[in-house]
Amino acid sequence: MLKVEHLGKTYGEGDDAVEAIGDLDFEVRENEFVCIVGPSGCGKTTLLKCMSGLLTPTRGEIRLHDERIDGPPERMALVFQEYGRSLYPWMSVRQNVAFPLRRKRLDKQAASELVERAVESVGLTGFLDRYPWELSGGMQQRVAIARALAYQPVILLMDEPFASVDAQTRADLEDLILEVRRQYGVTVVFVTHDIDESVYLGDRIVVLTPAPTKVQETLDVDLPFPRDQLETKEQPEFARLRAHVYRSIKRKRTSAEPARAPEEQPATTRS
Amino acid sequence: MTRGRQRLLATGLEVTVPILLLVIWAVASSASETYYFPPLTDILSTFADTWVFERVGSDVVPSLVRMGLGFGIAVVVAISTGLLLGLSPRARRAAAPIVEFLRAIPPPALLPFAILVIGVGNSMKVFIIAFVCIWPILLNTIDGVTGVDPTLRDTTRVYGINRRDRLWRVMLPAASPQVFAGMRTSLSLALILMVISEMVASTNGIGYFVLQSQRTFAIPEMWSGILLLGILGYTLNGVFVLIERRVLRWHRGARASALG
Amino acid sequence: MTSVARPAAVRRRRPPLRVPDWLLPWVSVLGVLVLFEVLPRIGVLPRDHFPPISETLSTLGEELGEAGFWEAVSNTLQGWALGLGIAAGLAIPIGIVIGSSRLLYRASRGVIEFLRPIPSVALIPLAILIYGTGLESKVFLAAFASFWQVLVATLYGVQDVDPVATDTARSFGFSRLQRLFRVTLPSAVPYIATGLRIASAVSLILTVTAELVIGAPGLGRSINLARSGGNEELMYALILTTGILGVLLNGIFVRAERRVLRWHPSQRSGEAGA
Repeated sequence: MLKVEHLGKTYGEGDDAVEAIGDLDFEVRENEFVCIVGPSGCGKTTLLKCMSGLLTPTRGEIRLHDERIDGPPERMALVFQEYGRSLYPWMSVRQNVAFPLRRKRLDKQAASELVERAVESVGLTGFLDRYPWELSGGMQQRVAIARALAYQPVILLMDEPFASVDAQTRADLEDLILEVRRQYGVTVVFVTHDIDESVYLGDRIVVLTPAPTKVQETLDVDLPFPRDQLETKEQPEFARLRAHVYRSIKRKRTSAEPARAPEEQPATTRS
Repeated sequence: MTRGRQRLLATGLEVTVPILLLVIWAVASSASETYYFPPLTDILSTFADTWVFERVGSDVVPSLVRMGLGFGIAVVVAISTGLLLGLSPRARRAAAPIVEFLRAIPPPALLPFAILVIGVGNSMKVFIIAFVCIWPILLNTIDGVTGVDPTLRDTTRVYGINRRDRLWRVMLPAASPQVFAGMRTSLSLALILMVISEMVASTNGIGYFVLQSQRTFAIPEMWSGILLLGILGYTLNGVFVLIERRVLRWHRGARASALG
Repeated sequence: MTSVARPAAVRRRRPPLRVPDWLLPWVSVLGVLVLFEVLPRIGVLPRDHFPPISETLSTLGEELGEAGFWEAVSNTLQGWALGLGIAAGLAIPIGIVIGSSRLLYRASRGVIEFLRPIPSVALIPLAILIYGTGLESKVFLAAFASFWQVLVATLYGVQDVDPVATDTARSFGFSRLQRLFRVTLPSAVPYIATGLRIASAVSLILTVTAELVIGAPGLGRSINLARSGGNEELMYALILTTGILGVLLNGIFVRAERRVLRWHPSQRSGEAGA
């Protein structure tokens, strides 16, 4: 469904050039929950920005349903890590979730239903008319997820969405995303630096190397659904996978150059 | 002194000091023999005679209408231009030297130009008010647009928001705190230009009245006009702040939660 | 900062003639100059209202040799400097005193908030009465208007000092006066600098206003005389001069402000960026 082919991204020119992504090659199949893990500074955010069409790759290409991505594709949604800065502060929850739907030209009734269903599936029904700053961090991120869901994308990208919330909230949100994925049947690409999270959530894990980034390895997660924070994590298979991923990340780091991948590079967002 | 007591004293002072000063003024001036500083009571009674509805139609209304029109035109032109310039770095670069120069010209220096080209009527006054008021709003709008959070911009792009919505439902609200700051500056400029243009080239209006009173040595009338202008300035500013607070409620909430 | 190479996009969108970024401002200025040269000459703009720019510029050139011109310029600068100086000289100390005491601040707040929005131009007739039509009137008006800008900026600066800093100083045994000079004032300086920049513009505006309305000697009066005397080129030349003056004076303050802000630890109460 989504193919990343020989993706490369270099920032800057000449001597200042920083190669964030070297040569990335992987695939995401329909209905999969793919987790992308890697050490800090391995260009994960750059990868997502390329996948979502916000950045143009320097080399290679990305295809969604066999069409080259050349700007944000219509059936794709992205949930950012900084939820506080991705919600429009002058809009209520309802308005925030409904806003992307304007593109779809639905009648008011249909749009309203989509919004309410999405908000309900993230458990925020009573908060439709509140404003983002009135909500806690975890709730704000849920609004962002609801917004993505109401948009009815075929593929949902998530950029370390739970990194900025506390551990309790993170566990709740992890279960939430599994549940809505089940309800909505959407394909998810989930970037994280948290190894436990990647094993807990994923059908498949893609491990990246440090910059210049390549695919270190891909592994299938054979844990049963539905996943549970306690039961799943008690299984020996979980521990095995976890250790495997951990070693995989660590292994490449010792032999890599201390390259600085500019994760926080001001993405030249064309306005 | 305890905190609570201190706060009470502070509030008390805040209310009573202005009143006290007024009383002192009234008392001190009542004995005044100076021609230029008539007793406060005289000024107030003249105020009542002149402005409590006597001259409202002939002077206050034309003044306010001119000011309102000029300010309104400035707001519309400045915001729309500011939005466009804010979104296009190249347009900004091209326009920069012109904008920087035009806004540095002290507004009164433009009055003779306006008189020359447009004449001495109402349109000249509306023009000069509008022209001068554009700059603070324009520059602030540009700042507001260029300062929009990149994550917000990325979000807008990812969801494919169309151009019109992007402009009016994202950029404009995002820039509105800055825009309002610019409008507040322009509001006081509008009042100033209104007064000056009426002093220089008019046959009615509050500014005209005040200067005319001075020329004909109607001193209490002059003071009453000054008082009116002060009240006008204060009220306009106050009303504007109220409106701003209402419209930007979300902004204060968001700032508070970001800082706290 | 060079933009990231985007070969595909640029190749697609590059029009045949693309003006490089650095040239843009010059092109637009040139365009404006050409417009205002040609349009009056071909009659699209009435020539008696809009003399061709070359004539205005040559008039300006001539004026640079005239004593009267420089006298007008210096009159204006005098009014501006005195107005700003008196305003700052009064507002900064008063602002510091009021800002340092919560009680004083609350007591004076009502008065300040009422007097501040009074358009200083409303006092023009009063100034004429008391000071006549000369330099004093000018300075009175300019000072009155600029005073509030500097006062408010000083108040804001003094109050916005980081309480942690003052507490630390107090714990080290600094007296009240020492804390004022060593902690509060330095941290208030950027705000005062900004206030002075705005006050400088205000002072110039009021100075020229007084010259225009009252007829005090200076550029404002000269501009008006040029217009009423039918000498449009001179009028425009003088307006240009005030613009240049405005740009220069503003430039001085902007540079000073920047330098002050540079060594100062950034204390902007602006966005609390994530």
